[in-house]
Amino acid sequence: MAEIDSSNAKKQSITVSDGMLIPDRAEKNLFSAWRISFFGAIFLLILLPIISPSPYRDIMRFIPDGVLRTFQVTVISIVIALVIGLITGLGRISRNSVINRTATVYVEVIRGIPLLVQLFYIYYALGTLVQVPRVTAAIIAMSVCYGAYMGEIFRAGISSIPKGQMEAALALGMTRRQALGKVILPQTVRTILPPVGNEFIALLKDSSLVSILAVSDLLRRGREYASTSFEYFESYTVVALVYLVITLFFSKLVAIMEDRLGQSGN
Amino acid sequence: MAKAETRVRIKNARKVFGSVEALRDVSFDVQQGQVVLVIGPSGSGKSTLLRCVNRLETLTSGEIWIDNDSVTDPHGDIRKIREEVGMVFQDFNLFPHLTARDNITLAPRTVKHLPKDQANPRARELLKRVGLADKEDAYPRHLSGGQQQRVAIARALAMDPKVMLFDEPTSALDPEMIKEVLDVMLDLAKEGMTMLVVSHEMGFARAAADTVVFMDEGRVIESAAPSELFDNAGHERTRKFLKHIL
Repeated sequence: MAEIDSSNAKKQSITVSDGMLIPDRAEKNLFSAWRISFFGAIFLLILLPIISPSPYRDIMRFIPDGVLRTFQVTVISIVIALVIGLITGLGRISRNSVINRTATVYVEVIRGIPLLVQLFYIYYALGTLVQVPRVTAAIIAMSVCYGAYMGEIFRAGISSIPKGQMEAALALGMTRRQALGKVILPQTVRTILPPVGNEFIALLKDSSLVSILAVSDLLRRGREYASTSFEYFESYTVVALVYLVITLFFSKLVAIMEDRLGQSGN
Repeated sequence: MAKAETRVRIKNARKVFGSVEALRDVSFDVQQGQVVLVIGPSGSGKSTLLRCVNRLETLTSGEIWIDNDSVTDPHGDIRKIREEVGMVFQDFNLFPHLTARDNITLAPRTVKHLPKDQANPRARELLKRVGLADKEDAYPRHLSGGQQQRVAIARALAMDPKVMLFDEPTSALDPEMIKEVLDVMLDLAKEGMTMLVVSHEMGFARAAADTVVFMDEGRVIESAAPSELFDNAGHERTRKFLKHIL
């Protein structure tokens, strides 16, 4: 049995991404899983306040601040994570062993620590040395964490460009830096856009962890409403539905983008 | 009475990959305006040799000069030398995210800081020269293999090289596209470009080459003018090889 297992393990690899179930092109019918989930959630978000204005209408009024905060943390973090990721990715392919080692250690360390622990660490542990505002701590933790994952995406993207591209650029008298900037990275962008989109969705979901630092994001606002009204079921139902609508919306966007890139690619 | 100038000098070139000796003591020169064709069975080291001339690979030992600049000196400015040595690859290696024109102007603009209003007309001129005046705005994926290779030649010429290296320029092409690329190369040879070509195109060799170098197992077996080598090879191994490709 063990022999069979090991031989199978070599041939097969199963990849499960953190992104949403992205509808593929074959799934064009009206009742695709995506349509059912997305429009079902919207339908409920409209229907619930109508059939039961109290407490749903109040919850819906209470929550938008949290949605804005969630977006703020997500967008700022992803932008910083992209910058960190680019630097890390370049470090991981650097021929300078010190730079290369540093980047690799960063990726290994960050990937080995749960995001929740990193959040605690940056806010509470480092907070004993430097006190930073909660939102700032949350954004730092999310960016540093996702920067490591982005670094791997950039590295994979750069490595996927055929070796001949760098050689052609060097043969023309360009420096490695010029070749990277003008030849390699512009081609990398199209290959990494879909995985970066998926990271964005994953980060958006993970941003709910910052509520633990009392940052008033979507989850925290729901919790605040619930703890004063004791309407836990209703509050968290709305929170879950709003997350679902946002995430499904962006996953569709990523899927469309992937499709377009696939069609125009060579 | 000007004495012929040596453009490329290869002296005792040796290249080892792990336990494989790709080049063993290769020496020959290419004079100004000469076309030298390197032939030999696959694995004979001819492409490796070409890639060492602009240091895409570094020699294990031995020396290579372009004019008076040493390619093999680890402290030399290889980038400066590469500006003067154009290279055409088997798989074209055009930049897929740029149009034909931008492929050609990229290096002059980034390396030589040529302004756009000078680089673009020059690119147009080069495209016309390789017979692709109407393909200025086309992306590589919309060009045939032969057209791509001609753009690649124009791209290399845009840096005004003193020497052109061709690494099996027609090997990846469909038969009907080979001629259009060879015609461009023939024109270049007629204009007096110094060329070092790895290829088995015997028609091109007879029409344009001054010297044909036959390599096998990392060594130069013999070199001679094409008619002499093809009809009257001195070595048994050369004759055997030529029987396969002629």
